[in-house]
Amino acid sequence: MAVTSRKNPQHEPYPHRLMIVDDSNVIRRRIERVHDLLGIEFVGAARNGREALELHAKVQPTIVTMDLTMPEMDGTECVARLVERDPNIRILVISALADKLTAIDAIEKGASGFLCKPFTDRQLNEALRKLIEQ
Amino acid sequence: MKTEAEVTTFVDGVLHYFTTTVQQVAECGTPYLALNRSPEVSDYTGMIRISGKREGVVLFTAPKSMLCVMLMRMQETDMSHDNLCDLVGEIANTLSGNARRDFGHQFKISVPSVVHGREATVEYPANTRPIVIPIEWRTYRARLVVCLN
Repeated sequence: MAVTSRKNPQHEPYPHRLMIVDDSNVIRRRIERVHDLLGIEFVGAARNGREALELHAKVQPTIVTMDLTMPEMDGTECVARLVERDPNIRILVISALADKLTAIDAIEKGASGFLCKPFTDRQLNEALRKLIEQ
Repeated sequence: MKTEAEVTTFVDGVLHYFTTTVQQVAECGTPYLALNRSPEVSDYTGMIRISGKREGVVLFTAPKSMLCVMLMRMQETDMSHDNLCDLVGEIANTLSGNARRDFGHQFKISVPSVVHGREATVEYPANTRPIVIPIEWRTYRARLVVCLN
């Protein structure tokens, strides 16, 4: 679990605070790099659902990217728990589980969007942009 | 579902991974049946196991040099062992996702696992011959191995 905060050069507060939840370091770093383009403040990353719940309490993100298949607590359960804590949180599920039932299940649990792995930076950018415009 | 369609699902999954993630086209070489039962694995191998209606293993195995260049294409500067494992794990994860989508619930698919080193051994189902599909990208060659009974 990593808590971090990258402020913009003008020291103005960003309207959106991003937490990344994925057990893959490569994916976490890819998402970190893309968020820079959208004026989103990156506030921390977690490697599984349990860590994500702990981190959420500390950093209070407004948007979250969430993997589904993770050790300890999977993404679907974590989505439900985060939405229970904060009904206004916006969660983008990013998963290789590409079947429709998985996407529907995540949306029913409270996710705001679904992006299939593998993804291009442009697809990720678009999905995050839609999330913050909701 | 016939074996050819099953293999196509996995090949398409790997080629799609290259197109989207490293933004370059990889090509599928001529598939062949492994003469000995255990095709050689390369430096890093990501695999999934399948059970249920069919049983077997599907793996993607690639040399370290290829994976390092893939990470560079993804603007990653950290070529550590952990990140190389992560990358083949993600490719195996994609194979798993495609299999779930295309094969439905008659197949049970394991969480991806990763092994490191050319001496690693992979257990294949009895009485099967693995199908090996070369995956060529730039000057590198990886292999996709599909072995279902």
